[in-house]
Amino acid sequence: MTPAHERSIPGVDNRTKLLEASMKRHQFQPDALIEVLHTAQELYGHLDDELLMTIAHGLKVPPSRIYGVATFYHFFSLKPKGRHSCVVCMGTACYVKGASKVLSALEAHTGVRAGETTADGAVSLGTARCLGACGLAPAVVYDGEVAGQQTPDIVLNHVKGWQAHESRGVA
Amino acid sequence: MAVVTLTINNQLLSARDDQTILDAVRDAGIDLPTLCHLEGVSDVGACRLCLVEIEGTRRLQPACVTRVAEGMVVQTDTERLRGYRRDIVQLLFAERNHVCAVCVANGHCELQDMAVNLGVDHIDFEYLYPQCEVDTSHERFGVDHNRCILCTRCVRVCHEVEGAHTWDVRGRGTNARVITDLNQPWGLSDSCTSCGKCVMACPTGAIFNQGSTVAEMERDRSRLAFIVTAREKQQWLR
Amino acid sequence: MNLAELHDIARKERAAAKRVQIRCCVASGCLSSNGEGVLQQLKDAVQSAGLSETVEVVGVGCMRLCSRGPLVESTADGSLYVKVRQEDASSIISALRGGEAAPERVDPEQAFFARQVSIVLENSGRIDPERIEAYIAAEGYEALAHVLAELRPSEVVEAITRSGLRGRGGAGFPTGVKWATVAKTAADRKYVICNADEGDPGAFMDRSVLESDPHRVLEGMAIAAYAIGAEQGYIYVRGEYPLAISRLQTAIRQARRLGIVGGRVLDTPFSFRVDIRVGAGAFVCGEETALMASIEGGRGTPRPRPPFPAESGLWGAPTLINNVETFANVPPIIRNGPEWFAGIGTEKSKGTKVFALAGKIRNTGLVEVPMGTTLREIVQVIGGGVPDGKEVKAVQTGGPSGGCIPASELDTPVDYESLAEIGSIMGSGGMIVMDEETSMVDVARFFMEFCMDESCGKCIPCRAGTVQMHRLLKKVLSGGATQADLAKLSKLCDLVKNTSLCGLGQTAPNPVLSTMRHFPEEYESLLGRTDGLAASDD
Repeated sequence: MTPAHERSIPGVDNRTKLLEASMKRHQFQPDALIEVLHTAQELYGHLDDELLMTIAHGLKVPPSRIYGVATFYHFFSLKPKGRHSCVVCMGTACYVKGASKVLSALEAHTGVRAGETTADGAVSLGTARCLGACGLAPAVVYDGEVAGQQTPDIVLNHVKGWQAHESRGVA
Repeated sequence: MAVVTLTINNQLLSARDDQTILDAVRDAGIDLPTLCHLEGVSDVGACRLCLVEIEGTRRLQPACVTRVAEGMVVQTDTERLRGYRRDIVQLLFAERNHVCAVCVANGHCELQDMAVNLGVDHIDFEYLYPQCEVDTSHERFGVDHNRCILCTRCVRVCHEVEGAHTWDVRGRGTNARVITDLNQPWGLSDSCTSCGKCVMACPTGAIFNQGSTVAEMERDRSRLAFIVTAREKQQWLR
Repeated sequence: MNLAELHDIARKERAAAKRVQIRCCVASGCLSSNGEGVLQQLKDAVQSAGLSETVEVVGVGCMRLCSRGPLVESTADGSLYVKVRQEDASSIISALRGGEAAPERVDPEQAFFARQVSIVLENSGRIDPERIEAYIAAEGYEALAHVLAELRPSEVVEAITRSGLRGRGGAGFPTGVKWATVAKTAADRKYVICNADEGDPGAFMDRSVLESDPHRVLEGMAIAAYAIGAEQGYIYVRGEYPLAISRLQTAIRQARRLGIVGGRVLDTPFSFRVDIRVGAGAFVCGEETALMASIEGGRGTPRPRPPFPAESGLWGAPTLINNVETFANVPPIIRNGPEWFAGIGTEKSKGTKVFALAGKIRNTGLVEVPMGTTLREIVQVIGGGVPDGKEVKAVQTGGPSGGCIPASELDTPVDYESLAEIGSIMGSGGMIVMDEETSMVDVARFFMEFCMDESCGKCIPCRAGTVQMHRLLKKVLSGGATQADLAKLSKLCDLVKNTSLCGLGQTAPNPVLSTMRHFPEEYESLLGRTDGLAASDD
């Protein structure tokens, strides 16, 4: 999954076209709502009201229903995400192997709780219910890459690495 | 259409085979508590108050969505069921902030009546005291989430009878809330026709007329059934 | 594509196989420890050693010992290398000519492998999951071709019934009965759904099957569709499994290209189309009515049953819903005959079960054992026991709907009925081992929090009851609870279990009930203590 900004032609935002194409592929059927929301979030990073309205019109779904669906599923985010994301798996195997210690360390270091983004928009902290990487517990996902057998020290180093990068002015 | 015979609380009754147990029970004049059921809209079986015991069925079944069948033997009022109903009502009271003394629906509230009828006089559970909003942006109506029990009667009546689908539910679990359009203030809703059907449908003081004060919020729920009968059967009967 | 062409592909594929295969695991677990890099290095090493004529490097699915990945196997001498690093690749190749391989080797004959019986996982770790030819060479799509050519739909249902296969999603409903019900319901449209919304935390069997052998699931679904008279299938996969999704997409594309799914399957009048639907992070969507609501594009809220999906499911049409592992069992049952399958396992639970072994145990990974194998054998022998000289305290099966089995019950055979008797369930196959460091009350709290967060909010007992139970468990852990609180907790368990609308709520109290039953002293010891054992509060 390449992020949207790498796929778009420089100077031209073709995301609207891609979203339209995704709705068209499903013949603008209302039952494609979740598939289209997936595509929209991939393209734009999060789902703002304008985007939800576009989809509501495209698929002929009432706005309140679309909002109800978008907020029902954990995957969809109505707020912008950070430039980096760090998701701690809280599945049973990871919990038994101390995932909560990893998460507490992260929360203490960044000053935000799971589900939030640091004020500078650098890091979003999240939890997952189970990544299915239980053989490697505890697992953490850094910007979409799964890493296994993590400890509080390893994750803090990783996040500090991002932050050092940011402060040197490299986004 | 055929007629079936079934036994409810040891009485032999007859019912049409397209009826639910709830229909049959109410036709027979037996009282069965419900909160999410509303004449004229579809049933969702969500409030679990009309659960009944059916002989030969392991699990309790909601009477509002279970069809009658020939020879069915149903119990609607055992001590076990009454206990569950009391607990469910208590869970509802503890979940949001229901203060009858200052509520517009005091004396006209289905949740309050339910508690009185079931003999719920105290709450065994810890109150959750959630932060809930009151939205009075609509020029005629208001919604107070402190009193909402998420029965979704407003959602169904708005979608099925009015056809506007202004209402829906956001989020999940105990954080779920009823919303209008894209979770905007009700007054800014484009789809709302201000028909007031949700106000008629609401069982508690959650959706109310602006300007009502304590205990003033009376509703005529038979109006909804009247509208639906007129539309579906072309019979303007009350 | 007809049967002769299918056999032709299989023949060509076998003929093209090199003398030696170097298999490198590219399932999720090993990829997260750089399996992709190892694979590439191995390919380069074969090239530079000039062995391309006799040696091929293949990316394969799960080799089961996930905790020691990336795993590499050489068919030259059967060596299995663990924790392989990129820089080890050349030494593995030179070992083919008698050199010394750098990475650590494990004995492929050790109990972890030797005690397993592979039906569902027969191709896992042996074939390339991204090439349909590899599947066909391993007798893939033979079963589908056979039923289309030789059997009437009712005979297929009959075979599945005779095999004694039961639903691998957890409840163990007889698969043949389910198929027969949908087959008998008259309708213009019917659907087949594969439930791949593996939501139990600590379970990764379905993910491994989809990543390692996706065609097996497609074949099982196609056979089911033929048996019940459906032409459209959906696979509902968790959004958390991007690799499984992409391999399924590849598999469907390849099968379509060869005329194995789509219109006129294998040149017969039978048509079968498959679409993938990607879930979006809601555990409740594993419940079949919620799953269908989600496929229809709505909030994943369950509805009361009856009507059951078999009678009125997706868009009101009769619908068959089975889990990944259930479908994965279908092709071998057809290929080897129902009697063969019924000969494995116990009287009431036939065949094998795949478990995802995790937690405080030496060998974490994927295990497939015959039904009736004891928990002790799985944990102590296959799993290698608890590391660091600690003892097993409990084994958790069935995820948030299951229970904790105490060490004293380890001799229980693993089958649907025996596990239910000791207050747990078979569940989908997650098996998590806990040692003496784990507080059972905290485990109950962990699962209750999970259910509370995942409750859809439609019915009151689950929506509000789980919150109250979670509060009481936290109160117990903080040391401020009394006997009255425990009584209240028990009362709530009974209420939520008996009055909730769907399986999520009905089974949410199970972890509490099972820990109260088997570890009452842990609850008792926390009562009225003000120095409370701090719950890990998140």
